Amino acid sequence: MLDSYKIREDFPILKRTVNGYPLIYFDNAATSQKPKEVIDVIKDFYENHNANVHRAVHTLSQEASELYECAHEEVAKFINARGMEETVFVRGTTEAINLVAYAWGLHNLGKNDEVVVSLMEHHSNIVPWELISRIKGFKIKYANVKNDGTLDYQHLEDLLSKKTKIVCLSHVSNVTGIVNDIKRVAKLAHENGALLLVDGAQSVPHMPVNVKELDADFLAFSGHKMLGPTGIGVLYGGKELLEKMEPFHGGGEMIREVSFDKKKRRCSIAWNVLPWKFEAGTPNVAGGIGLMAAVKYLKRLGMENVRAHEEKLTKYAILRIQKCCKKARIYGTTDTKVKCGMIPFGIEGLSSHDIALFLDNYGIMVRSGYHCAQPLHEMLNLDSSARVSFYVYNTREEIDRFGEVLKEIEQF
Amino acid sequence: MVAVDDYVSRIEGTCGKEKDIIVIFKYDKKDDVTKRILAKAKLKKSIGGIIFELTFQNYSFRLYGSGKAIFRDLKDKEELNSLLAELLLT
Repeated sequence: MLDSYKIREDFPILKRTVNGYPLIYFDNAATSQKPKEVIDVIKDFYENHNANVHRAVHTLSQEASELYECAHEEVAKFINARGMEETVFVRGTTEAINLVAYAWGLHNLGKNDEVVVSLMEHHSNIVPWELISRIKGFKIKYANVKNDGTLDYQHLEDLLSKKTKIVCLSHVSNVTGIVNDIKRVAKLAHENGALLLVDGAQSVPHMPVNVKELDADFLAFSGHKMLGPTGIGVLYGGKELLEKMEPFHGGGEMIREVSFDKKKRRCSIAWNVLPWKFEAGTPNVAGGIGLMAAVKYLKRLGMENVRAHEEKLTKYAILRIQKCCKKARIYGTTDTKVKCGMIPFGIEGLSSHDIALFLDNYGIMVRSGYHCAQPLHEMLNLDSSARVSFYVYNTREEIDRFGEVLKEIEQF
Repeated sequence: MVAVDDYVSRIEGTCGKEKDIIVIFKYDKKDDVTKRILAKAKLKKSIGGIIFELTFQNYSFRLYGSGKAIFRDLKDKEELNSLLAELLLT
């Protein structure tokens, strides 16, 4: 059981007011707030250990390198990867997916190949594939979602064939919160000789995620959605797979050697070991260390407890929305067993932005619009949606307050 | 000379089929903005004197005590600018 009231004390931002009301932050699917522990670790790094990592022999660089490597190891343990060689630090989920699309896709996909993507994906798991498809000419096949927002597994299965080279699927929809059965899809993909890339942006922060159990080939997620800083994220990939792949970006840090052949007047290049082969240039060291602090914080809470807390809040919020506002409609399934802590909804006669502005007026932060998932909105025939999304510091009292404001909106 | 920019902090285009435009007024000018707009536009409804449903010419929009307004069915930024000029400057 989480004590969200105690947890709140760790988050300085939750003490502020907005428009004269206590801040209620229900936009956690977009980004989470940061505990003091994470803020302090970043401050401490810049005040006491800041230096560029690797290759320098001086003390500060050694300290920074050690911290940065520890961060990789900590993240690897968090998702049960074999070690830091399987956890590449990137800017976020978007860059992680782009890394796979370019570093793997450009070299492994051709005209006769197919990529299967679901229609519930965030744009970041659609656009990179569309971009690479324009270069390589492969087909993209989109798996349908049902009216309740769940994935149409039969349709996805029907799309798979020996031509399928990779299946790209979110673990949890960033609009409906629906949790996809990744193990099932991994089995289907692998039976057809395809890889599985999982967008874990909305799952890793909110539930236990074990890459071995999921049997995913790639898993992408962002630090800022899991109490960490912005600008840091992770691509998990199996060691053997990452070793076979070409690098994404070229530059310092990702090479072992760049040797100039005086006769040929060309450079021969040998890549660095994993994960550095995919981390060109000076990395976001402070971000990585901040992410480590966030992971430690979440581990202390226990990811099972995080999931249970959000499930309870979601169940309660669904009831409050239905009770307080008859004009409200919740989109997608309301079965909290198959969804994470977010609720997309609309109110008759109001646009989603109207709803968000109404709530903002009372200090309640919610998202409105497409949430970077326009195809899903189109499939569900929605003009847009308002979305509340919860995290470890949200409370039932906040949901009660949200319900009271919904009542006012209904009267308007 | 006073201009629309003196009152406006940001203009946010929104995603979604509705294509609403949200205007965020400068925080220290929000009370002045509210006064000016309420003097010009026709009030249809209000909640607690902090949320106003308004019409002006053929436009309908909503103004919030937080210093934000949502405009619908505007063609482009130019149309918004001339509407804001009418509401705030004349």
